[in-house]
Amino acid sequence: MFDSLSSKFSKAFSGLRTKGRIKSGDIDEVTEEIRLALLDSDVALEVVESFIQKIKDRSLSELEEVNKGINPSQAVFNIINEELVSILGGSARRIRLAKKPPTVIMLAGLQGAGKTTLAAKLALYLKKQGNTPLLVASDLQRPNAVTQLQQVGAGVNVPVFAPEPGNGIGDPVAVARAGVKFAVEKMHNIVIVDTAGRLGVDQELMNEAIRIRDAVNPDEILFVVDAMIGQDAVRTAQAFLDGVGFDGVVLTKLDGDARGGAALSIVAKTERPIMFASTGEKSEDFDLFYPDRMASRILGLGDIQSLAEQAKSAMDSDTSEKLEKKFASGEDFTLDDFLSQLEAMKKMGSMTKLLGMLPGANSGAMKKQLESIDDNELVKTQAIVQSMTPLERNDPKVLNGSRRARIAKGSGRQVSEVNNLVDRFSQAQKMMKQMRNGGGVPGLPKGMQMPPGMGGMPSQKSGQTPPKKKSRSGNPAKRAAEQ
Amino acid sequence: MALFSKLFNKLRGGANLSSADWKELEASLLEADLGAALTAKILDSARKESGSAEESVLKTLRDSLSIADRSLHANSERPTTILVVGVNGTGKTTSTAKLANAMKKNRSSVLIAAADTFRAAATEQIQTWGSRLNIEVVAGKQNGDPASVAFDGATRAVAEKVDFYIVDTAGRLHTKQGLMDELGKIRRVIEKLTPVDEVLLVVDATTGQNGIVQAKTFIEAAAVTGLILTKMDGSARGGVALAIEASTGIPIKFTGSGEGIEDFQPFDAETYLQGLISDEN
Repeated sequence: MFDSLSSKFSKAFSGLRTKGRIKSGDIDEVTEEIRLALLDSDVALEVVESFIQKIKDRSLSELEEVNKGINPSQAVFNIINEELVSILGGSARRIRLAKKPPTVIMLAGLQGAGKTTLAAKLALYLKKQGNTPLLVASDLQRPNAVTQLQQVGAGVNVPVFAPEPGNGIGDPVAVARAGVKFAVEKMHNIVIVDTAGRLGVDQELMNEAIRIRDAVNPDEILFVVDAMIGQDAVRTAQAFLDGVGFDGVVLTKLDGDARGGAALSIVAKTERPIMFASTGEKSEDFDLFYPDRMASRILGLGDIQSLAEQAKSAMDSDTSEKLEKKFASGEDFTLDDFLSQLEAMKKMGSMTKLLGMLPGANSGAMKKQLESIDDNELVKTQAIVQSMTPLERNDPKVLNGSRRARIAKGSGRQVSEVNNLVDRFSQAQKMMKQMRNGGGVPGLPKGMQMPPGMGGMPSQKSGQTPPKKKSRSGNPAKRAAEQ
Repeated sequence: MALFSKLFNKLRGGANLSSADWKELEASLLEADLGAALTAKILDSARKESGSAEESVLKTLRDSLSIADRSLHANSERPTTILVVGVNGTGKTTSTAKLANAMKKNRSSVLIAAADTFRAAATEQIQTWGSRLNIEVVAGKQNGDPASVAFDGATRAVAEKVDFYIVDTAGRLHTKQGLMDELGKIRRVIEKLTPVDEVLLVVDATTGQNGIVQAKTFIEAAAVTGLILTKMDGSARGGVALAIEASTGIPIKFTGSGEGIEDFQPFDAETYLQGLISDEN
């Protein structure tokens, strides 16, 4: 996230870092770099200018103080970080729940911003917190938007109120109104109204959004915006603010590599907080927006907090307790245990995404490494283990040549890959035994104790023949489970 | 808000641009999403020119356009095969329908493959267009292999000797290597039966500078031959497309400007350039 911006910030600061004392000329130089970096990241010009001015003023007024400190360039860096956090919203706000349910949340935005996908993600997020959301299909314009909402709703197991087929048929205002009524009857405490994408300049469609708003009187109107949007972000956001109005912003497609500019511009211009960030293709790829974390990312400091939280929620406490008990009691770590660890890792998301959150992930060398990681490696390893019988998983020693050949066939991998995995696993098992006598792997959260050298960490792509075939289990039932 | 005509009038009147005017000009160019680099280049040449600033700006913009052929590479011997690709939400499916409609109106036979098997209801979306336009759509299963849909379509396109075979693919972020590889696979599979003539990258006019990286990655992964610039009916001026042309040489071939099936035109450079520097949104 924010890769390009953070790498440019890094560049701007590498010059400053080598200086013992900072002069006002140095500040000018750095701020000019930052100005270009922000412009290239699509921050609106006027927002850039005022940001730069703030940085300059503060740095210069605190120059004496800055130079008194042990690390002057760090002090300037801190000023930039603080200003960035303050623009990005200072502190995150939660969804305001209505005193008298249902809480009505209305989504609005341009075409293709990702409203429908986001509706399901938001519903899942709220459901996980113990709410009983209802999705309402008020996008009756785009062909099959209703079907799409029904499908994504089914995917997260949230009911969808869709009395009209869409494709230009039906009145979105009436659907929204009936949806809220339906929610009251069926005791849903949250209603999420998906509306059609509309342009900021299209007054007719903006009026329709206003009529939907007036019909359901939403507690929150969320403006959904694509993180890749350019300078038009400010104009569009302003048009929506002046039109239907909104209380918060959701940034989508943050799993790409551009974004950032829009976030800064919209918040600075509309003074509405970014509340959520959507970061991937899966329904779980969705989180609250944390301005401080985002600022850290922009500045190339990494996002350890998010990583730790994901690890915690992915490894359910049952599994990790079981593993710990097993480990303490001196039992062998089996391939089955390994499989559940792999599954937990998969739940956390893609390896590249995870490692991208680490500090320094945007530096040149690390970035190259990251790019060479193949997320499919995890799936392949999983396929190999899943092609083993329970006996083999518990006692890999029984794996003779013909068993290995069968496993390779079953998982669609090469025998050499099976051998490789078994070898690494026995080494790891040995290490686990040693560790039991000498303590755990330092620095890893509870339950995430990965034996070193285990399959989770994929090897580099270079030199390997690129895998053409998808790894699939030979067993149709397993194949279905894998997909 | 751009104030070009005001600025240009000032220039035509012989007044010298003050530094405030230059700043305003810079702001206008940046606001069109031309990017810092291209903006700096344009300003540089405008400063050097002695003639009208408008002409100088337009000239630099014109010079940034790709010199590549903007026509669709059609083949009369076999189905002209077109792959439509792009990041999520840019308007691939709508563009596919518009493109197919334009061809059908031209009395050509068209077959569409719904190779977006990933997004919920994407297949239904193109099928709805297909039945509205009376164009056949080859579809597969939700979450099925998109390459196999593309292959089935190609089989039919060749057997039925259609004039145009258009493959609508799933939106994918250029940062997802696995998904980018999938595009290569779709292409290879089609090419077992018939060559791919065009790979059109759909670029949303509201896209900012990330569009350049997007384009470069798609060009590398899928050998893009042209751009479709969509959502030109909004307030965004789509300057990033020019920045893409300038840095990659891949030409814009079509523009989309609305939700109507007819809101689709072959790219017209002068209209586009005038739009970039006009102060109307």
